[in-house]
Amino acid sequence: MRVSNLCKAMSIGLISVMIGFSSVQAQDVIKVGMSAAKTGPLSGGTAVTQWPNLKLWEHTVNAKGGIKVGDKRMPVKIFEYDDRSHPTDAVKNIQRMINKDKVDFVVAPYGTGINLAVAPILAKYGYPHIAVSSITDKGDEFTKRWPNMFLTLGTSTGFAESVADVLKKMRDQGKIGNKVAVVNVADAFGIELAHVGKPALEKAGFEIVYETSYPLGTQDLAPVINGAKNAKPDAFVAFSYPPDTFALTEQAKISNLEVKAFYVGVATCFPAFEKRFGSAAQGIFGAGGINPDTPEMKAYFKSHLEVTGVAADYWASATTYASLQVLEQAIERAGTIDHPQVIKTIKNGTFDTVMGKITFDGNINRKFWTMGQWQDGVFYGVASTGLDGEKEPIIKTGWK
Amino acid sequence: MIKITKDEIRILLYMVVAVAILACLPLLDQGYILSLGLTIVMYVALCTAWVLFSGPTHYISLATAAFFGLGTYVVGIGIDVLPFPILLIIAALIGGVVSGLVGIATLRLSGVYFVIFTLGMAELIRQIVTWIQTNFTTGIGLYVLTDFSEAHIYWMLLALTVLIFITGWLINRSRLGFAMRIIGNDETVAAHVGIDSAKAKVLLFLISGAYIAVIGAILAPRFAYIEPPSAFNPMISFLVVIMSLMGGTRTLWAPLIGVVPFTLLFDMVSARFPNHSSILLGIAFLLIVYLIPDGLIGRIEGITKRFSKKKERTHE
Amino acid sequence: MEIIITGILLGGAYALIAVGLTIQYGVARIMNLATGETLVASCFCTFWMFNSLKINPILGIFLIAPAAFILNWAIYSLLLLPLVRRAKNKAMLEVDSILATFGILFLLEGLMLVGFGGEYFSYSFLSTSYTIAGTAYGLNRIVAFLAAVLITGTLYVFLTHTRYGTSVRAVAVDPAAAGLVAINVDRVSAFAFALGGVVTAAGGTLLSTFYTFNASMGVVFTMKALIIVIMGGVGDVRGAVIAALILGIAETATATLIDPGLTIAATYFLFILILLFRPQGLFGRQTT
Repeated sequence: MRVSNLCKAMSIGLISVMIGFSSVQAQDVIKVGMSAAKTGPLSGGTAVTQWPNLKLWEHTVNAKGGIKVGDKRMPVKIFEYDDRSHPTDAVKNIQRMINKDKVDFVVAPYGTGINLAVAPILAKYGYPHIAVSSITDKGDEFTKRWPNMFLTLGTSTGFAESVADVLKKMRDQGKIGNKVAVVNVADAFGIELAHVGKPALEKAGFEIVYETSYPLGTQDLAPVINGAKNAKPDAFVAFSYPPDTFALTEQAKISNLEVKAFYVGVATCFPAFEKRFGSAAQGIFGAGGINPDTPEMKAYFKSHLEVTGVAADYWASATTYASLQVLEQAIERAGTIDHPQVIKTIKNGTFDTVMGKITFDGNINRKFWTMGQWQDGVFYGVASTGLDGEKEPIIKTGWK
Repeated sequence: MIKITKDEIRILLYMVVAVAILACLPLLDQGYILSLGLTIVMYVALCTAWVLFSGPTHYISLATAAFFGLGTYVVGIGIDVLPFPILLIIAALIGGVVSGLVGIATLRLSGVYFVIFTLGMAELIRQIVTWIQTNFTTGIGLYVLTDFSEAHIYWMLLALTVLIFITGWLINRSRLGFAMRIIGNDETVAAHVGIDSAKAKVLLFLISGAYIAVIGAILAPRFAYIEPPSAFNPMISFLVVIMSLMGGTRTLWAPLIGVVPFTLLFDMVSARFPNHSSILLGIAFLLIVYLIPDGLIGRIEGITKRFSKKKERTHE
Repeated sequence: MEIIITGILLGGAYALIAVGLTIQYGVARIMNLATGETLVASCFCTFWMFNSLKINPILGIFLIAPAAFILNWAIYSLLLLPLVRRAKNKAMLEVDSILATFGILFLLEGLMLVGFGGEYFSYSFLSTSYTIAGTAYGLNRIVAFLAAVLITGTLYVFLTHTRYGTSVRAVAVDPAAAGLVAINVDRVSAFAFALGGVVTAAGGTLLSTFYTFNASMGVVFTMKALIIVIMGGVGDVRGAVIAALILGIAETATATLIDPGLTIAATYFLFILILLFRPQGLFGRQTT
């Protein structure tokens, strides 16, 4: 017992010395580290939503001379690490960034699992942890456990219930019928959404005529689409992930799945989706969304393309960038890079971001986009938990 | 029982001192070095457990991820119900039973068939776990929220590694070890002198699988959130094979020599060149294959033999 | 009927993934773990040619195939042949080739990451429907299937009915004996490895017309290829094709009749079953 107490005392002492040292030390740059997937199964999503935004933010901040801390501007210096889509590597990278590179701030990694794996480490060192690509219903439990953690993108319940709400609205307007086919990918996000989504649909009075799941990474989905087609649904809902989102849509197009509403999950909002399906994308629903018509958002899309050379997606890209803006503004308002003060500022402030105003209620952003739709080559948010600018959903008319 | 020699006592003493020193690591550093140390100990434990079976039999097993994942899941499912040490025992039992069954099923296979079979087995187990979770539970992820710090996990892994070494040492001294050496050299001869090679192989595979499952169980609290893609990551199987082969599989110590430089290299490359780490690792790999054909242990043995000319070179 | 046609189409795609590897492993004795990366690299080439140069993927095969041949020949002669020469026995070569091709896997993946980034890529080509017996199928899948038939058919005729093909098979049976009857074993092995690479690359081109891919996806294809190769019997083109078709139909049947969630489990179940009852694969030679 005594030994472990001693070692606790020693480690606390060591950490406080280190933290104290880094904030007292006079410095010119703010070191920001990010560990996320560059390889492995998560790299596909990370390449679209995370890495370009870090680059854009670095460019934008440094172009104006840096973040204003007190009365001087401090440029940011970025440290990048690859977690290979694996939690063990992610934890090791964060340890390295904090202890060896002595970064001042850490940008949250990509993926629900990875974010949870690094949460205890970031909490131990007291770093603010503004998670973006981490969708969970246990948010309140986490933020209570790790008070330095913030959640921005939303809850699975929010996403799933929105599907039921939007479809119900369309049905009540007489646009679609009562039969729904629901499928999901057998992975964290897909399963959680299906478990909330199906009861919500039934509660809204829909009849689920076909339901199934398929393994992660499956791209041969003709049996699923044909199974759904035989059940003659009025709406098709798939809580899907990137490769299968594309495959389901392609197969639905080939099999000419005649539904008035077609929903596929993650990656529907990617520019690559519209590029592949062109006019056939018209009227397709997907998870997430933004209001692309605000001047901030227009400017963001323009500079994203200019600086990074790739187009932003219509959902998590902007939220990721917004989370970096929150960090930047919190540092400026606190006038210091001292972690407890920055965290306190994030907790209590309102921030002007590309997504509009963001505030945290119990460390969680409660107003988020839940559902969007491709309309004339742009992915508009059609449902949210209390945001402005929701676009009216339209019905899907064919696959041409 | 064979009498313990002086050499063995000396090695034992060295080991005790080494472990004692290693156990102090968390007292010196709670951060990056501990984290790196934890990764190293994890792979040392995995590779040693792997070599327990694959060393003497020359069978390359890619089922590591399956047993690892099962262990992780035992903790994921039971953490709120049962105390942690009991979960470790359950993990060992489940890992042992499954690996025993796999062992019995694969008796007739050899060479590359065994390699791919174990890979297939690992994927099958992962798919079944996913399917069960999809259809019978509310979410695919399991949360393992404990008060274990990295230091605790590190100590547990270190203790387990010692246990694996002792097991390996005992096996070597036992009839089983003697039998395995004969099987490894020539299975036909072994059969002729009345060794039940099938039983011996299954037993070794069982022990190895049980240990790997316990390693998975110990690491579960570090994952915090468990889902099939990370628990049953096939990369674990591949890395264990690579590191072990790099070190050499003829002795229990050999993997140690593979794991340490490999992990450090992996870490260094990914820190310095985050965008080109795959390319550099690929090149490093090829260089290792061409320049160090026998594994590092072969190299080291070669050098020590040249210096101390006491022992004659063994000739094949 | 629908199940069988969908299954056969899928089986055609699987055959494209696996036939290249079965030749490489059967003749050149290299367990090429980088086969999936070869396939994905070819997907990227096709994508790039289609998007920037407007080259039709089907024509693209004729550009990619010679390139793949040269590249794989070079890989074999420069990187793998030294290992073959060094190996004292089959087990040692197995270990060495696993390590070396694992290195090549990383190398190729890294090059693709630098070139294209980690994003998902896909494009639309022939993604119109074609109706057979009242059900619509993707035209791109049908084209890929026909190409698979053509490729494997040509390969089979080449191996069984030409002089050079016979020497390739001779090396597959026994490299030492083949050497005795004046076959240049190194050359034939290099040729077989390169030929396998060409088939895999052609497969990549065809699959890219309907699959979404990214730089990290090679291992998915490698796993599938390994399973089919082992199921069919190492080095047997016919076996690989039949194993691919069985898998395609079994997966589709499972997805349609039982539960799509179990398709991959069904694959491995079938694989394990076959190995338990025919450890040498469907068409494999009984080894001692």
